[in-house]
Amino acid sequence: MADLRSDFIGIKSPNPFWLASAPPTDKEYNVRRAFQAGWGGVVWKTLGSEGPPVVNVNGPRYGVVHGPDRRVLGINNIELITDRPLEVNLREIKQVKRDYPDRALVISLMVPCDEESWRDILKQIEDTGADGVELNFGCPHGMSERGMGSAVGQVPEYIEMVTRWVKQYSRMPCIVKLTPNIADIRKPAEAAKRGGADAVSLINTINSITSVDLDLFAPQPTIDGKGAHGGYCGPAVKPIALNMVAEIARNSETHGLPISGIGGVTTWRDAAEFMALGAGNVQVCTAAMTYGFKVVQEMISGLRDYLDSHDMALSDLVGRAVPNVTDWQYLNLNYVTKAVIDQEACIKCGRCYAACEDTSHQAIAMKPGRVFEVIEEECVACNLCLDVCPVEDCITMRELAPGELDRRTGIKRGDYANWTTHPNNPMAKAAE
Amino acid sequence: MSQARLSPGVVPGRLSKEELAANFADIAPPLDDHEARVAADRCYFCHDAPCVTACPTSIDIPLFIRQIATGTPDAAAMTILHANILGGMCARVCPTENLCEGACVRMDAEGQPVEIGALQRFATDGLMAQQGHPFRRAAPTGKRIAVVGAGPAGLAAAHRLAAKGHDVVIFEAREKPGGLNEYGIASYKSVDGFAQAEIEWLMGIGGIELRHGQRLGQQITLDGLRGEYDAVFLGMGLGGVNALRAEGEDREHVTDAISFIRELRQASDLTALPVGRDVVVIGGGMTAVDAAVQSKLLGAENVTMVYRRGPERMGASRHEQDHATSSGVRIICNAAPVAIHGNGTVAEIEFCYTQDGPDGLTMTGDRFRLKADQVFRAIGQQLQDAPDGLALKGGKIAVTGPGRTGLPDVWAGGDCASGGDDLTVTAVAEGRDAAEDIDARLTGRPAEIPG
Repeated sequence: MADLRSDFIGIKSPNPFWLASAPPTDKEYNVRRAFQAGWGGVVWKTLGSEGPPVVNVNGPRYGVVHGPDRRVLGINNIELITDRPLEVNLREIKQVKRDYPDRALVISLMVPCDEESWRDILKQIEDTGADGVELNFGCPHGMSERGMGSAVGQVPEYIEMVTRWVKQYSRMPCIVKLTPNIADIRKPAEAAKRGGADAVSLINTINSITSVDLDLFAPQPTIDGKGAHGGYCGPAVKPIALNMVAEIARNSETHGLPISGIGGVTTWRDAAEFMALGAGNVQVCTAAMTYGFKVVQEMISGLRDYLDSHDMALSDLVGRAVPNVTDWQYLNLNYVTKAVIDQEACIKCGRCYAACEDTSHQAIAMKPGRVFEVIEEECVACNLCLDVCPVEDCITMRELAPGELDRRTGIKRGDYANWTTHPNNPMAKAAE
Repeated sequence: MSQARLSPGVVPGRLSKEELAANFADIAPPLDDHEARVAADRCYFCHDAPCVTACPTSIDIPLFIRQIATGTPDAAAMTILHANILGGMCARVCPTENLCEGACVRMDAEGQPVEIGALQRFATDGLMAQQGHPFRRAAPTGKRIAVVGAGPAGLAAAHRLAAKGHDVVIFEAREKPGGLNEYGIASYKSVDGFAQAEIEWLMGIGGIELRHGQRLGQQITLDGLRGEYDAVFLGMGLGGVNALRAEGEDREHVTDAISFIRELRQASDLTALPVGRDVVVIGGGMTAVDAAVQSKLLGAENVTMVYRRGPERMGASRHEQDHATSSGVRIICNAAPVAIHGNGTVAEIEFCYTQDGPDGLTMTGDRFRLKADQVFRAIGQQLQDAPDGLALKGGKIAVTGPGRTGLPDVWAGGDCASGGDDLTVTAVAEGRDAAEDIDARLTGRPAEIPG
C-alpha cells in the first residue's frame, strides 16, 4: 500500500492533505476535530498583531455559487483574519501541537508591513512548537484596504522585503502564500524566492462578487444593502489555481521551489492533479466547509488507490506533469484527431448536434431516428461535442495514424511540427 | 374490521371512512419547490427533444423545465398552457410513460425519465393558484361559435376561440362540465375537485358561455346551430358503450365501467357506494384499470381484469398494468366472455381462452369460470346519435386535417372524431387545432400551431 507520509520543506505529516488557513482552522476545537478525522496538517487561521482583536461583520460573510441540486461550486468570503485574542490562539496552538506531534501545524501570519511588527509576532509564536509559518500575502478583502494581505502580495518588492525579515528573525520554515489577483503569478513567486522563502502556497482567494440580489440591487453577501468584493474559492477556481501552480513549477527562475497547492481541492483526484503539476502537498478549505472534515478519508484512500494502481510512490507523482506543460507555439500542429460517437452508448439527446451546428463547425449530422454522426470532412476536433455530451465516453477523439488522410484538409498526417516552423508564421525559423 | 368487509353481493361500507380516505388520496402528491428543482436539474435540454415530439400538444418541455430550474415557474406554466390549456389535468392523467417520459433520453441513460408530468403539475398548479387568468382576449371579431360538449376537446377549442376574440357558447348535456375529466377518470388521479377548479380557471378568460342540459339531437340540433352561429365545433365524446355480446349480459350487477367510475367520482360519501366482493372487469384499457383498481380500493376482496388479447395489445400502458397488479388486481389475458350465469343476479362469468393469430382472434375451446357478484364492461365506447349530414369513419365523425368535417362550417375533435388515441391530451390538441383553423377560416389570419 502506498506510503502517503509527506515531508514538505522539512515539515512532516502523515499525509499531504492540510487544511488551509481559514475558518475551519480558527481554533483548537476545530483543529482537534480535523486531526481526529485524519487531516495531515493545518495552517492555523491567520494571526495578526497583538492589540484589540479584529472586528468582523455581523451579517453574512459568505456568498455562494451553486450548481445543480445546490452543489457548492464556489464560495466567496469577506471574513477577516482571526478575531480572537492573540494569546488565546497561541495557547491553543501550543496545546494542540503537544497533543498531535505527528501532524503538521503551520501558523499563518499577517501584520503591518514594517520590520518591527514582523519581528514582534515571530517572537510571540516562537515557543508554540509550531512547525512553520505561512505569510498571508493573499487575502484580497478588508485587510488589503489596511495595507496588508494582497496589498503586499501585489507588490513583489514588498514580498521580498517581508520574507527577508521573516527569515532573519525566525528559524522556522517559511511559506509565502500568494494572491492570484495579479497579472503574472511568476513575479511574486520569484520575489518570495529572492527573499529566502522555503516555499510558496497558492492560490489565495480571487476578487469576486458571487451574485447580485435583484430586489435589493446589491452584491451578495449583502450587509445592510451594500456589498464588498470577497475572496472566491472552491471547485470553480481550481482551473485558475492549476495554471498558476504550473506556471511557477515550469518557470526557470522558480523551478524546484516547493509549492503547496491550494484552490478547489475537493477530491483525491484534484489533489493528485495539483501534485502532478508540481505541488508537494495540498491545502483544502471549501470541501471541508461544504462536507465537514470527513472528506479527507476519501482523499487518503483515493490517492493511495491511485498510486498503488500506477505503482508509484508519492514522490513520483509530484511534478510528473510539469514537463508536459508547454506554450501553445510548441504544440504539434500535425496531431490530428476526429470525434467518434459510440452509437451504442448514445442516448440521442442531440446536445452534440446543437453545440456543433449552432456554435461550431457543422460537423455532426442528424439522421432519421435521431442518429448523430460525425462528418469528418468538417470536424476540426474542437472537442465541444465531447464536452457537452452527458454520457461519459460516448464521444471520444480518435487520433489519426501517421500518414492517414485528414478528410477535412485533404492532407495526410505528418510528423511533429509546430507554429515556430509553420509557413504561415512570419516569425518562423527555417525547419532544421 | 368493518362489518361488511366480506359480505357477499354488491354492498356499501366494506371499508371504514378512514381507509377509504387513505385509498382515494392523491396518487401522485405534488412536488415541493426543492423536489421540483432537483427534478428539473435532470433535464438535458435536448435538441429537437423527443419528449416534445411525443407530446400530442407539442408542449416545449425542455423550455418549461429550464424555466422551473431557473426559478421562473410561472413562465414555465405559460409555456405549457399556451400549447395545452388543460396542462394541469394532463399532468395528472396523461400516460406519460407512453408519451413524453417514455421518450425521455434519460430512459436510455439510466431507465429513469425526467419527471415531466410531475414538473408540469408543479408549474401549472402554482400559476392556477394565483388570482386571475393569465391569457388576454384579442379584439372582438363579432363572430359567434357554438361548441358542443364541455369535455377536453370542447374546452380547449372554446378557450382558444375566446382568446382570438370570438364569442363562444358551449352546449353541455350533463349538469357539470369537464366530460371525461369530470366523469371518466379514477378519483385518485384528480382529487379536491381539480377538474371543476380547472374549468372555472379556464373560463376566466371571458367570452365563453356555458349552457347545461343541452344534448345534441334533443335540446339542440346541428342544423339549428349552423343557422345561428358562424361555426360549430363538435366535441361531445362517445355517449354509448359497447355491448359484450355474451349470453346473460342482462343479469343484475352487470354494468358499464364508465358509469361506475362516474358514480364514484360524483359520490360525496364513499362508504355509501356499493361494490361487489368478487368483481370482474372485462376490457384492457385505462377505463378497465380505473374500474378494477377503484373496486379494489372500495374494498372488493377479489378483482379480476380479463382481456381478450395479450398484454402487449392492452390499451392500458405497462405502468397502468403494474399499478393494477400492485393494487391487488389480477389480470387474465387472452380470454373472452361467453356467458354470464346467475339466477337473476350475476353469480359467475364464463370465459373462453383465445388465440390471437394472423386471421384475428379465435376461441380455443378451453373454458373457465370466475365467481362474480359484479361485472363491469370496459370494452370501449361508441358514438351515439351522430348528427345527420356528417360522414362517419370507423363509427366516428370523419375528419381531415385540423378537425374539418365534410361541412364547411363544422369541425369535430376529441373522442367523437376519427383518428387520435382517445386521450385527454389528444382531445386538447384536436380542439386547439380546430379552433385555430376556425379562426383562420373566419378571419383570414394564419393559424398558430405549436410544434
